[in-house]
Amino acid sequence: MLRLLAAALSGLLFGAGLYVSQMVDPYKVLRFLDFTAIPTGGWDPSLALVMLPGVVIMFLAVRISGRRTAPLFDQRFHHPEASRIDAPLIAGSALFGIGWGMSGLCPGPALALLAFPPADLWIFLAAMLAGMVGTRLVQLRPARLDPAVQS
Amino acid sequence: MDSFTPLPALMGGCLIGLAAATLWLANGRLAGISGMVGRLLPFSPAQLWRLVFILALVAGAAGAALLWPQLGNGGSQPARLVTAPASLGVPTPVWLVIAGLLTGVGTTLANGCTSGHGICGLARLSPRSFVAVGVFFGVAILTVTVTGVV
Repeated sequence: MLRLLAAALSGLLFGAGLYVSQMVDPYKVLRFLDFTAIPTGGWDPSLALVMLPGVVIMFLAVRISGRRTAPLFDQRFHHPEASRIDAPLIAGSALFGIGWGMSGLCPGPALALLAFPPADLWIFLAAMLAGMVGTRLVQLRPARLDPAVQS
Repeated sequence: MDSFTPLPALMGGCLIGLAAATLWLANGRLAGISGMVGRLLPFSPAQLWRLVFILALVAGAAGAALLWPQLGNGGSQPARLVTAPASLGVPTPVWLVIAGLLTGVGTTLANGCTSGHGICGLARLSPRSFVAVGVFFGVAILTVTVTGVV
């Protein structure tokens, strides 16, 4: 129960942060990504100022967790299992970069927009969910038969 | 630079940082939104916290917009999505489907997005996340330049 309350508190803060920083406005995100506007003075550096305190505060939390054996409401800290810099990491990040540059939407703001949904939001969300589920189904499928064995 | 809003950006960033810190120190979980959504299915009681987080994220955005409508989109102004660049001749719904698919496939392959790699990964000094963030920022900047979507 405490675990669910902590998840709810974290989600509330996260969603509020996305609105307050206006990262829920795709054009604000795109005006950061548009480096061609730097020489003309039209560039919007706001996104960098969202990332900065976010990373610093989380960095401090990670330092604190390093001195503890477990979080408050769970048996262990769930560190990501992957550690290799591999092709899926790079290819996946590149594909996401194209999608992000096209739409100005990453998964967090896309979901937060459900609070005040613009028309067509469901189109983006449905496609994003289909991409996630489809990729996971392919990943979870048992390894394909070795062609050498098939013949 | 009249669109630059340093104060709301810093305040929003602090809220996001506090959100990630809360989830990590309380539950030992990383606040990566793509993973939060992607792991919802197949649904089991063990995934309930992810659903609670996502519903609270929507509620948090709605609540902040009610408290501070003057901050902009979703508050005093309607929220909006992009319009596909007219020069490319792609209808906006098709543009959004392509962008959504790429976002879903890409963040699943890379195991993270702007929050998981961007906020949490950089804070954990994870080499994977430094690479991921460099690649998706670089490619996104290139995409904006090439498509002229803004």
